[in-house]
Amino acid sequence: MKKSPQTVTFTLNGERKTFITEPDEKLLALLRREGYKGTKFGCGQGTCGSCTVLLDDRAVYSCLLYAKQAEGRNVRTIESVGTYENPSEFQEELVKNGAVQCGYCIPGMIMSATSLMETEETFEDEIVKEYMDGNLCRCTGYEKIWGALRTVLDKEAAKKAKEAK
Amino acid sequence: MSEYPNLKFKQVNNSVTKIDAMQLALGKDSYVADFAPPDALVVKMKWSPYPHARIVEMDVTEAEKMPGVHGILWHGNVPRIVHCTAGQGAPEPSPYDTFMFDTKVRYVGDRVAAVCAETEEQAMAAINAIKVKYEKIEPVFTVDEAMAEGAPIIHDEPEAYVPIPIPYEPKKNLVAQVGCEVGDFAQGMKDADFTFDDVYETPYAQHCPIEPYVSLAEMSPAGRIVITTSTQVPFHCRRIVAQTLGIPVQQIRVIKPRIGGGFGSKQEILLEDVVAMFAMRTGRPVLWQFTREENFRTGRTRHPIRVKIQAGVKKDGTITALGMDCWNNTGAYGGHGLTVVSCCGSKVLPLYRCENIHFLGKVLYTNLPVGGAYRGFGATQAFFGMETTMDKMAEAIGMDPLDFRRKNHIVSGEGSPIFAALGEGKEGVPMTVGSCALGDCIDQGAEAIGWENRTDWREKTGRYRRGMGAACLMQGSSVPHIDMGGASIKINEDGSFNLLCGATDLGTGSDTVLAQIAAEELETSTDKMIVYSSDTDMTPFDVGAYASSTTYLSGEAVRKAAADAKGQILTTGAEMLGLKVEDVHCSDAEVLNKDGTKKVTYGEIACYALYQKNQYQIIGTGSHFTQKSPPPFAAHFSEIEVDTWTGQIRVLNYISTIDCGTAINPALCEGQTEGGTLNGISYALTEQYLFRNGRMTNASFADYHIYSMRDKPPIKAILVPSYEETGPFGAKSVSEICINGPAPVFNNALYNATGARLYEFPFTPEKVLEAIKAVKK
Repeated sequence: MKKSPQTVTFTLNGERKTFITEPDEKLLALLRREGYKGTKFGCGQGTCGSCTVLLDDRAVYSCLLYAKQAEGRNVRTIESVGTYENPSEFQEELVKNGAVQCGYCIPGMIMSATSLMETEETFEDEIVKEYMDGNLCRCTGYEKIWGALRTVLDKEAAKKAKEAK
Repeated sequence: MSEYPNLKFKQVNNSVTKIDAMQLALGKDSYVADFAPPDALVVKMKWSPYPHARIVEMDVTEAEKMPGVHGILWHGNVPRIVHCTAGQGAPEPSPYDTFMFDTKVRYVGDRVAAVCAETEEQAMAAINAIKVKYEKIEPVFTVDEAMAEGAPIIHDEPEAYVPIPIPYEPKKNLVAQVGCEVGDFAQGMKDADFTFDDVYETPYAQHCPIEPYVSLAEMSPAGRIVITTSTQVPFHCRRIVAQTLGIPVQQIRVIKPRIGGGFGSKQEILLEDVVAMFAMRTGRPVLWQFTREENFRTGRTRHPIRVKIQAGVKKDGTITALGMDCWNNTGAYGGHGLTVVSCCGSKVLPLYRCENIHFLGKVLYTNLPVGGAYRGFGATQAFFGMETTMDKMAEAIGMDPLDFRRKNHIVSGEGSPIFAALGEGKEGVPMTVGSCALGDCIDQGAEAIGWENRTDWREKTGRYRRGMGAACLMQGSSVPHIDMGGASIKINEDGSFNLLCGATDLGTGSDTVLAQIAAEELETSTDKMIVYSSDTDMTPFDVGAYASSTTYLSGEAVRKAAADAKGQILTTGAEMLGLKVEDVHCSDAEVLNKDGTKKVTYGEIACYALYQKNQYQIIGTGSHFTQKSPPPFAAHFSEIEVDTWTGQIRVLNYISTIDCGTAINPALCEGQTEGGTLNGISYALTEQYLFRNGRMTNASFADYHIYSMRDKPPIKAILVPSYEETGPFGAKSVSEICINGPAPVFNNALYNATGARLYEFPFTPEKVLEAIKAVKK
């Protein structure tokens, strides 16, 4: 089986970029190889969510996608979300709440929550669970993550309601 | 009931922000794989497809020539050195029964040969090109088969031995045996008004840290091996890798970066010897990360244990006899087998007063996945039967289950003969319980769940029936007279401090907790601490993160180091102020005279000591080993709803109270409690290993279900204060105990809902339905 190197071009965290890739390379592998290491490998089977990125604003498992499937599309990783100087509200709440234990699942959680906040108008518990169900955490029992998320979502909902008026 | 002293803490007993939390939330490079250089080679292992077989022929010549392949390790080209992979103190209380590669495979997932190559695909291609001829041997899958006359011998290698004086008979598949007798157990059973004799089975489980096992090795420019690894035991790792490779400890540096969870699984040396050997042979950086499937099959598991409980009780609620016989299936290798089964007794039997106790633990090899350390460590397995039996006894004498426990549980000032009789690989240490707020735990939990509304199961009708259950729990804090932790602390010009400790933060927050302890002792603020932990070249020794020891043991080492540094700060501060040292004190990062009119800051003291006069480095050191292992206590409660048509259990509410002594960081203590509880809930209700001829058939999160945010019931953690005099600022431990509760709590709640009891879990709908059908009103 002979492989020929190919390229893939997509918008990554707002910048249009071209990478050399192989037809069977997964998006997760490409991202990590290119230094976007906030996206984690947890299972490689699309079951744990630690590799979650946004593909055209939808949360996806980057361990299941081929890099070539990102061609021409818009990819966002945890690196686009916040910095020490300017963390996102959810990042701040997670830290404040003691919701980050080992932290391995947290970037994926944040990407799923980002998709939730950008997509939905209201944040009933059932909708929130639907978005967050694919991100497993083994440390926290989710209590403090849930608390942090609820705080942020309640603020976000209030903001959206105000804008709608 | 112990009173909590009126102490004014400034740093501890505060929910200080976890110091690495923002780094991790931002997704900064933190974990082992994040540090792999771009030119790192990758490793793939050829695993045994058979549960029990001899390798009669093996040919790697074709595989070695394949593109991208840099090396192959197999039994033909590595030293044959018998060792133990369990990351315990030395000598280990576990058999030396493992070789880097052997001519025999003992479970599906045992090592056959390792390939290191430029890419995973190349490594896999080479794995498939390695030719192996196996001669299958009859496998042994249960403890009964292992003990049977003429059973196949799993460890027939002549080298196998155990380095401490305990029974080890590999020809009988016996890994270890331990027992004790207190009083007259047989007489105690005779004196009882009611007796019980039941067998409880607990299943396999995997820890499922979201970061799988991963290790990276590189040669330093000086020719030493640097291993960056996801481990709970960096110092044991260094020692065991040196032993396995036959090289001096001095040649190896082990670094533990941030860890993506462990829960006991990473108290094992499973990858480090291979990456180190490949790095030595290739001179290239080498990364090996387990797949999730490998994490399930080859990673360590919770030992499945059969626990037979015999008990006798008088009508007045006196427990006249307690007997526990345990058969521990340790799988193909014996690491942690003895210590886990010892903890079935030592972490459970002391909870209730009883004068006549019998304990026997046997550990057997089988050709199944290998047991290891898992949060709860034997106590989890034994509490299922123990706390179910407590409810059965209460029912028999017509006493409320909580009142029965209140009457019998150990309290401050009491000892238990079990503490002295059962240790970890040797006799235990006599101990009197210091702090104990279990009574408060029971009261607060009962109130939170609404225990007064609990009704008898016979009054319940209809398809959906609700029930409430409870259980009391204990654990330990460190292994006394065995575990040791060390720390050092030095001052910088701005009054900040470098805290170097051997203790291993695997996501628990121990770096933060230890910084709080140091800051409290030094009378400064936690944010002045720069914590660096677990680097065998740089930090003092520590046994590592296990046995609920970090806060209690390593915390006291840190407190001693801080006290040492504080003494130096006072001396230099007094010199600068022209006062006697007994006339000054520390407060808010300053040294002051009595009325506060003369003072110098820590920064000024540091600059004086480093640059100006009588120069020296202000540096404190401390190390600690413990005289006792004070138990944390807990009372767990849950209300469940059982669908009597399908057998489905729905958890409506779960209350985890805990007495962990002083909660150094209450938010992190709650997090430990909530997380451990949910892991226990998931273990009790859904997690199981399914096997076909010794091969686990559900090695993925799709088929081995761990709870998600959607599955999670409401969990309330309630921290109930007590003050443990022997711990740093009154602290005990928090991390393990909470996982022990859910299985017995749900069993008791199921009984309260339906009159059905189970003797094994997970409580799948099939099992629950069958048990409900067997109930006669």
